[in-house]
Amino acid sequence: MSVPKEHMMPMLDASLKLNKDPGRRIGIADVLYTLIALGAAVFAYYHYREYLWGPQIGMLFGFAIGVSFLGWLWPATRWLVGVVAVISLFTVYQYGLYAPGGEAVGRIKLHEIQEGHFFLKFFLSSPAATMWMVTLFALAMPTYFFGMWRRSAFAGKVGSALVWSGIAMGFIGFFARWRESYLINFDYGHIPVSNLYEVFVVFSVFTSLLYLYYERRYQTRALGGFVMTVVTAALAFLMWYQFAQAANTIEPLVPALKSWWMKIHVPANFIGYGSFAISAMVGVAYLIKEKVGGDGVNDRLPSLAVMDDIMYKSIALGFAFFTIATILGAMWAAEAWGGYWSWDPKETWALIVWLNYAAWLHLRLSKGWRGTAMAWWSVGGLLVTTFAFLGVNMFLSGLHSYGKL
Amino acid sequence: MSDTSQSVELNPPKSAGDQPGTAKVRSQGVTKRILLWLTSMNLAVTLLVILAIASVIGTVLKQNESFNSYLDVFGPFWFAVFRNLSLYDVYSATWFVAILLFLVASTSSCVARNAPAFLRDIRSFRLNAQEKSLRAFAHKMDMKSDAKPESLVAPIQALLERAGFKSRVKTQPHEILISGRKGGMNRIGYVLTHLGIIVILLGGLLDSKMQLKLMDALGMVKVETANIPVSEVPDISKIPVGGLQAFRGTVNIPEHKWGDVVFIGLKDGYVVQNLPFKIFVNKFAIEHYDTGMPKSYMSNVTLTNKETGQEITKTIEVNHPLHYMGYNIFQSSFGDGGTKLKMSAWQLSGRAGVAQPIDSAVFDKKRFDFNNQNYQLEFTDFRMYNINPVMDDKGVVHQKNYGPSVTFKLRNAAGEAIEYQNYFLPISFKGHQYFLSGVKRSIGGQQQYLYIPADQKGSIDTFMAYLAMLSDQAKMQQIAARLIGDVSSSVDGKSAMSNEKLTQSASASIAELVHIFVQQGFPAMQAKIESALAQRNLSPEAKKKAEQASISVVRSVLERAFLETLAAQDGKQEFTDKDAKFFDDAMDAISALPAYGSPIFVQPKSFEQIQSTGLEVSRAPGAIWVTIGSIMLVLGIFMNFYIHYRRQWVLLKPDDKGTRILLAGSDIRKNIDFDKDFAAFSSELMAATESKPSESERPA
Repeated sequence: MSVPKEHMMPMLDASLKLNKDPGRRIGIADVLYTLIALGAAVFAYYHYREYLWGPQIGMLFGFAIGVSFLGWLWPATRWLVGVVAVISLFTVYQYGLYAPGGEAVGRIKLHEIQEGHFFLKFFLSSPAATMWMVTLFALAMPTYFFGMWRRSAFAGKVGSALVWSGIAMGFIGFFARWRESYLINFDYGHIPVSNLYEVFVVFSVFTSLLYLYYERRYQTRALGGFVMTVVTAALAFLMWYQFAQAANTIEPLVPALKSWWMKIHVPANFIGYGSFAISAMVGVAYLIKEKVGGDGVNDRLPSLAVMDDIMYKSIALGFAFFTIATILGAMWAAEAWGGYWSWDPKETWALIVWLNYAAWLHLRLSKGWRGTAMAWWSVGGLLVTTFAFLGVNMFLSGLHSYGKL
Repeated sequence: MSDTSQSVELNPPKSAGDQPGTAKVRSQGVTKRILLWLTSMNLAVTLLVILAIASVIGTVLKQNESFNSYLDVFGPFWFAVFRNLSLYDVYSATWFVAILLFLVASTSSCVARNAPAFLRDIRSFRLNAQEKSLRAFAHKMDMKSDAKPESLVAPIQALLERAGFKSRVKTQPHEILISGRKGGMNRIGYVLTHLGIIVILLGGLLDSKMQLKLMDALGMVKVETANIPVSEVPDISKIPVGGLQAFRGTVNIPEHKWGDVVFIGLKDGYVVQNLPFKIFVNKFAIEHYDTGMPKSYMSNVTLTNKETGQEITKTIEVNHPLHYMGYNIFQSSFGDGGTKLKMSAWQLSGRAGVAQPIDSAVFDKKRFDFNNQNYQLEFTDFRMYNINPVMDDKGVVHQKNYGPSVTFKLRNAAGEAIEYQNYFLPISFKGHQYFLSGVKRSIGGQQQYLYIPADQKGSIDTFMAYLAMLSDQAKMQQIAARLIGDVSSSVDGKSAMSNEKLTQSASASIAELVHIFVQQGFPAMQAKIESALAQRNLSPEAKKKAEQASISVVRSVLERAFLETLAAQDGKQEFTDKDAKFFDDAMDAISALPAYGSPIFVQPKSFEQIQSTGLEVSRAPGAIWVTIGSIMLVLGIFMNFYIHYRRQWVLLKPDDKGTRILLAGSDIRKNIDFDKDFAAFSSELMAATESKPSESERPA
């Protein structure tokens, strides 16, 4: 038998056996879930059809189909979607009790409603839910690290549970904020992905969710601490931004952002940013492991080969979505600014990020590069990405100046 | 870009990075060598990295500013160096476009070289594979079965099919080879990705300024740098309709006016592009949120086709452009379109307090003489809203609207200009109202404010009347004389008459001091007092006392004059706290006047707003190609990443009792997934063929 040797290593075997079942058949649960998702979309369309047009209708049904597909690919997301949907609807219902007919009530009245209601005040309003998200994510990082250090499967599971709950609270806060923007003033209403504060929440939630996918796919919780480090760092910034600059205030949109393109351009971008962040943190784990002696019998971290694979998978996914996001951005720019490419600093840095990962992928896929150099490169890639995400807003001016510090 | 993985399949994957046939290079011609270099992975990655680094330049250095501002920042030497490197418009610099074209060339030659081979490859089953080459694969496994080779073919093919492989069988005298492949779309993905990039780049190039730059280089068009009306722009700087395949230009059109050209920025000037239609602006409107932030910008325009005379009326909004006759029209900016203004010009010195009406409009100029000096007023802007952050008592910042304002420059005979921004309405600060005038002495300099107190009717009249009184020296002398009279009569009634001469000279010098104060400010008055006292021989202490006495006398005169102004205004006799505050503010304003830099105060009275809209007009025939290329790119990327191109061979050789089975496989991506899938397939194969693993044997 001359199957490659690493196949006989127990650790790797374990990580492979529990892989995704490639030919998973469509079961009754998949059908039911899809029907519920589509049913909800039809219900929403029927009730709000006078407010919906063209792309928005496409997005409503596209979202239902996307969620169904995700549920088939990754059944655990059904629980997430279900919990978030039920609680968010409850939140909207609670707000509806105080603001009958969906009338806007103004900033001060909204604050009074939030303060005067137990669930809203402590759990469901966007400030409360977001704070829960921050807390849960911040707790997940040390829990994961503790689990890795003590080889405690239990601690690892607690870490995962914290991340799942954090994601749920993040989404609940997200939808609550979306509703709240309309309650303050109907004109203000918008999906909360419009400024630096809002996208930091999106970044944290997306990165954590993508991480959980790899956690399940590779059956290892050892990388959780590393990924949640970057999420916690993002949240530390978020907290500073909120308390030092009151950045969490819901503001109306500038005219250039009033477009349905924002709903797809921004999330697509953050699948990219999140994936790149994960690959960089796995790269860090890779480099640490290599420094302390590489693969061994009693490893706390997954094998180098597995980490190398995660790095590739997450850069590939990130690259695919970053490409889509950049193209969507170009199409939006063609409508809002008069040209699909203006060499605006944000656009240019998006291109730089894209070129960077394109080079990475070429070296890996075609030249077969692996290991240390690629790990360093993916860590460096995060610096480039961070500059594109934050640095451009801080140091350069241009058309994308929505999140000035 | 050149995906070398095809070399893996039959050749041992020892040197995955090498191009097939590297050894033969030297014997080949120069063309082939260049082609080989163009298609090399090293060049491709190098180009990607160089492009990334070059792109950084334009984000660090602000692009397409005026040459003068670059000159200011960099100084003459570096300004010239950077200009020669085209760093001020780096993305259309020849060298930058050359890198892009190089990337197109490299990508194209990769696709041209690899695509035919790939397309052939995905249809081939590679049935000519030899045992030796199969053994060279990283993924292989030897097994032994008791069954006859012929009886194993069907179950193996069924197994391959279940795993998604298409298979073919080749029977030879001493062996049977079953070859399976799947995921050929991966290779199509490779082709689509790279073709997509080429299509996007070419589409983008089509929409770039390339054609215009070429025309400029060949002298077919000349860049105009002067700020002149379109009618005066020479024909060499104008491009006829259809003269440019693609362009992006802008034009400002005031309300109720029309335009049929756009301006395209080039180098340090512009060229004019004619349009086949006229744009008439019916209305430009800005909607605001309750915070005062703009909510939408809208232009209602009527477009007239010049050939057919057909008209359409549409509204253009940010994010809602208009497409007309193959042109795209966008809302891009706005400004003043020559708002009509009615103002009062108050003289600040000479015959102060006298107002003359001025009728003008934004972008108009008005000359006037003052004290035999030539001045020119240049009205540059009108703003309806001036939203400024204001901190309240609690330290919370609010947005406050200061209302409409007019901006103008006052240019003296020497050509020096000071910029003013005057507000129409008095603005309230801490319960008191002021007429504000912002002063800017240099471009980009800090704006300072003159606060002129408004009286209780919210008018500037009291202040101006007071200023008129202070500027009237005879009157001041009277007031001073009266004041001295009051003081001396209260001290000694009899000597009043005998001191008449003294009173006169004293009151004259007090009036003179007031005059100096009004004309030159408090420090000048102080200096005057000091120089007067210096002539007398006084001890320092006495000198200080005398100085203070003089100042307080002047102040008394100023107060008295203020009371008289109030009395003259509306017969008012008492002096309230509000009046006291007004007096203090007036004193501040008057002391600031000498530094105000203008002999007149322009008080805006009323306006008739005329806005202008900034439209961007573009023609982008490449856009459709960019869209097509983008779709190809995205499809290609997903196919490339998520479809696995795999081959698996099963070689059956009859043995003395039964069959020797060799399973070998390859996946061009060499990821862990294949390790796992291959291992799973191996065990399934063992089960299906009832075989056991065996030691690998050297081929006979």
